[in-house]
Order: sequence, then structure tokens, then C-alpha cells
Amino acid sequence: MQKLPDASGHFGGFGGRYVSETLMPALLELETAYSRIRRDPGFKRELREMLSEYVGRPTPLTHASRLSDELGGAQIWLKREDLCHTGAHKINNTLGQILIANRMGKKRIIAETGAGQHGVASATAAAKFGLECEVFMGAEDVRRQALNVFRMKLLGAKVRVVESGSKTLKDAMNEALRDWISNVESTYYLIGSAAGPHPYPMLVRDLQSVIGREARAQMRKRTGRDPDAVIACVGGGSNAIGIFHPFLEVPGVRLVGVEAAGHGVPTGSHAATLSAGTCGILHGARSYLLQDELGQVREAHSISAGLDYPGVGPEHSWLRESGLATYETATDDEALEALDRLSRTEGIIPALETAHAIACAIRLAPTMPRSAILLVNLSGRGDKDMETVATARGVTLRGETPAPVAPARGRTDA
Amino acid sequence: MTARSRAAEAPETAPGDGGRLARRFALLRERDEAAFVPFVMSGDRGLDTTATLLDELVEAGADVIELGVPFSDPMADGPVLQRAATRAIAAGTTLPRVLELVVDFRRRSDVPIVLFGYANPFFRYGPEPLAEAAARAGVDAILCVDTPPEEADELRLPLRERGLDMIFLLAPTSTQARIRRVLSVASGFVYFVSVAGVTGVKTADPHAIETLVGRIRRSSPVPVGVGFGISTPEQASELSRFSDAVIVGSHFSKLFEEAPDDALAVREVVRSARALKDATRRRTAP
Repeated sequence: MQKLPDASGHFGGFGGRYVSETLMPALLELETAYSRIRRDPGFKRELREMLSEYVGRPTPLTHASRLSDELGGAQIWLKREDLCHTGAHKINNTLGQILIANRMGKKRIIAETGAGQHGVASATAAAKFGLECEVFMGAEDVRRQALNVFRMKLLGAKVRVVESGSKTLKDAMNEALRDWISNVESTYYLIGSAAGPHPYPMLVRDLQSVIGREARAQMRKRTGRDPDAVIACVGGGSNAIGIFHPFLEVPGVRLVGVEAAGHGVPTGSHAATLSAGTCGILHGARSYLLQDELGQVREAHSISAGLDYPGVGPEHSWLRESGLATYETATDDEALEALDRLSRTEGIIPALETAHAIACAIRLAPTMPRSAILLVNLSGRGDKDMETVATARGVTLRGETPAPVAPARGRTDA
Repeated sequence: MTARSRAAEAPETAPGDGGRLARRFALLRERDEAAFVPFVMSGDRGLDTTATLLDELVEAGADVIELGVPFSDPMADGPVLQRAATRAIAAGTTLPRVLELVVDFRRRSDVPIVLFGYANPFFRYGPEPLAEAAARAGVDAILCVDTPPEEADELRLPLRERGLDMIFLLAPTSTQARIRRVLSVASGFVYFVSVAGVTGVKTADPHAIETLVGRIRRSSPVPVGVGFGISTPEQASELSRFSDAVIVGSHFSKLFEEAPDDALAVREVVRSARALKDATRRRTAP
């Protein structure tokens, strides 16, 4: 198979470097640095050590036996990225990029975040290496993900609230790019998704591919074979590309990405970029995009902040076009239901993003024989989403002051 | 060696040589003036206001006009031009309507027009259809902020076939290799971004960039203009000393935004434009 991206950062007709000239030297510098550093045994050793001693890799592969029994079809296996330090796969990438930034002598890290998982993972890695970190986050996401905002601040990062546009991930990325343009010499832009200009989609993919490499080895050891299908949710697409990539050349393994259908694709209120979008250029790359007929970017919608993005990583566009992967969707409601079901049957509360992949597995498993195997990337844990889930069910977590256990005696309130 | 003879040696570049843009720069060279290039966001306060503003800017001495095509996600722009784009889109401004505006403008003026925008609306329209429609409307060049030479051929070649230029950027961060790369495809003029930053936030310091602009100008087959962070006649005059064009954008959009009504908005911009054009006539600091 052809090695992609090509030298100019293209995956077939997708990808590339659609950025202002101000950023070109920085992208070329990163590309050169990365091609040198990735071969450096010292870097490889340090990354391996950090992933094992700090992140907790390898993450387990869990057989979701009760869920599989209940569905009565294919066996569902979960790659437990939720057990990574910070609670999601994002840290695999941030640690790798921080090691690169460090070797490039950059002292300031900027990052964009949607659900806050990449922001937390960036703040974490920056703290570990003593680097200054600023995270750009849409005001709407700040509201939805208050817990992660607090975590980032605890970790010593500055959270920059973005009030422009739809106030979500796409606008956070615009603002991070603007900051980078303005501080390009001192600053390393730590992109969290397999999106953005070359070399980021390649870099993020390489760093996240540890998920798929581990999962494949674990699966073969436990079941003696490869899975029939690999399922992962797709927003920008980093956890999906990470688990897909090592299976790309394995015959007989279907790769299924699951996009957020929000209120349903026909309603227009969704984030199903590959399923319902068209080819366009955003955030430095050519890829599928939610846009109007004149090329203005449309606002995406998903209950999950991490999937609420109108673009998608260029390699996914290529995988879709070449037929190497297929892309399906799950609605907000299906994701909530899947979150509920996995929690009750397996004692694992997935992130809302991940719940989209679970929803697809729940749909597919009953159509397959019991001997079939579905590998699902359990990309993150759901703690951060409890308020959103509660709100969706009409439950209020705050606002009610619990009654005191015993009245204080001998004191009057001042 | 003059820019013109240099261009003649390199037929790959300066396809618009002999067009409105090249003629304008040739005229300015004779007069020993720098070009004054105002940027106008199409459709800010409505396309009718833009049409009025274009005529008034010509009257005020604009040598070339950069006509902004609004985009929802302008990642190289600061808050002022972001808001201008948002207002323009809300007012129903589209690329087809901007092209109609140029058709109308061409009935009255031969001041060169550069469409200034982002890749997505341009590529969505389609490089071939855009080149065709732009040529027919009387557009002289296209500047696509987020399309460096590496990604540009798809649009650059159809434009060149029709005698239109594609304007590229250089920045203070540009290395010698980048300068060579950009100049190898440059046509019309080269737009030097005076600050490492987005539009309208940092203030241009003419002294800081003089050496670099001088170096680019010596090896450039086409004129070199300077933009970003320019608002005062003092800056314009100083920049005119060592560059071929002074480009002013956010400053006008800010005046436009702050004015209480459309007529005053146009008047404020025109008043400022006159002073800036005067400054580009004085190629030495006052």
C-alpha cells in the first residue's frame, strides 16, 4: 500500500497545508524536526517510558461479556483508553508532542479543546515538563464542560474563553491558529485531533497508533485472531485513526467510524461531516466539511462537545473515498442510550463521544453471529459528561443544598 | 534592473503584465509614488454602501482596491475584520454578489481590483469557474490568504490562463527559502505582511521591516506592497520610502464599524484615505 501522506502532506486529494504564509516556516520546521526526532532512539525510549510509567499503558482489552450476551450476536471487546491517565486517549498524543516541543526548544504550548479532554491532556503534559500552557476553548464548551475547565486550571494552564463564531471547537481552533500566527517563534501549537495542516494529521496518527498496535496484539493473544470490525467515534478523528491504522492492511477487518448525528442527519443539526458534508478547506487542510453551497462553514451540533466539529481529519476523508473505512452515525439519543446500557451491563461509564461508537456496536452486534468479534475503542470515560447526561434526563445535580446532617449547636451564623 | 524587465525574463511570472495592475504600478513608478491600496470588506453595511465606498475611494486616490470576500472562519484576521466578515455574511454577501459588484464598478472605473479572501469560498465556487467569472467581471487578481504556493496551482493556473494574477504573501517569519519559493510564482505584486500576527492587532514598525522588504524587493520580479497594522499617514509615508504599495485594511473597517450611520461611515473612511494617499506621494518621511 502507498505510504500516506505524500511528501507534500496529501492523502489522495485531501490534507495539505492551507495556511497563511506566516505559518509556513513553522510547519516546515515541525516537519523537519519530526522526521528527525521520530527516528531518534532517545525519543522513542522516553516516549515508551512515559506511556508506560505515566499514562499507564498498555491499556487493557476488556470483553464486554454481559453486553454481548444481552445483544445475542457478535462479541464486543473494548480497548480501554478510558483508563489512560486523564481519562481518555488524548494523552498519548499530547505527551508525544510535548516531547517533540521540548526537543525543538519551545517553551510555550497552546492547544484547542472541545470537550476539554485534549485541554486537560495538554495541561497535564505541560505541567509534567514544566512548560507554559494556554488552552483555547469555546464559551459554549466552557459552559458544558465546567469540570474540565477547573481541571485545566488546577494543572496550571490558562484557559482562554473563545467568544467568536459558534463558540465551540472550530472557533477554539481558529483562535489557537491566530495566537500561533502571532507568537509563532516562541510557541508550539499542540493540535489534539488528526486534523489541521500537514504534518499534524500524520503526527497525531503516528502517536495515537499505539492504541491499534496494542489492541491488535492483545486481541490475537486473547482470541487467537483479528476482529471482524473495529469501531470508533469520529469528531476530528484521532482515536479512530489511532485504532484503525494498524488494521489498515489486515484483510477481512472492517473499519467503521461513527459520527455524531445530533438531532438526526435530516434535521441539519448534526456533526456528521463525512456522512453529510462536502469537500472543503478548513483549519489548514482539505477534507470533508459541513458548509453551505457558497463555502461558509456551518455550525455543527452534537450533545458531545468532542464531536461537535464541522470538519474531520483529512485521512478519514481519504479512507472514506478509497473505501478502506466506512462511516456511520449515531444520534444524541442513541448515544445517551448506549451510555446507559454500557454503564448498567459492564460497569463502565463511557464518555459521550465514545457512546456513539458503543451505539453503533449495539446496532451491529445482533446482525452478526456469536463467533464474530467487534473491537470498540473505548476512547474516554464519562465523568466529565455527568452534568450533560443529567440535564438530558431532566435531573438537576446542583442548586439543591443537601440538608445538614446535624444542626450546629452553640453557634450562630454570622 | 527594473521590475518590468525582470518580469520579461521570467515569463512564468507576471502574467498580468500589461493588464490594469501592471499599468498602474508602471504609472506610479513614473510618478515616483507608492500605491495606496485600501481594503474594503464587501457587504459591510450592505453591498450598496460598498459600491458607494468604492467610487469614493477612487475619488480619494486609491490606486488599487482590495475587495474582501467574507468567510465564516477567517483564521488570519483579528477581531475587527472578523466582525466585518460576520456583518457582511449576515447582510447576505456572497462571492457571486461580490463579482456582480465588480461588474458594476468596472462600468465606472479602471482602478485594479484584487479579490481578497479565504480558500474555502473560492474553491467551493471552483477554480475554473471562478477564474472565468472573475476575468469576465473585471477582477485583476486574487489573493487567497490561506493558500501558499504549494497548494495554489489549482487556482493560479486557471487565473494565469485568463491574464489574472495570484497574489502571494510573505511575512517577517519568511526564511530565505520561503522568499525564493514565493517569488518563483509571484505575479501582480507581493504582499508583505508587516507583523507576525493577524490583521489589525499589532502596529507595523516600518524601521523593523525595512531591511527585509528591501531584500525581497531586490529579488522580486513584481512590486512589493506592505500591509497589516497600518493606520497613520506617518506609517504610510515611511513605508512608501522602501515599498511599492501601502495596504490599509482593519483601520477602515474599524472606522466603518464605529460610525453611527452609513453615510458617515463612508465619509470617515474617505477622509482617512485621502490623507493616506497623500502620504504615499511623499516618499520621504516628513
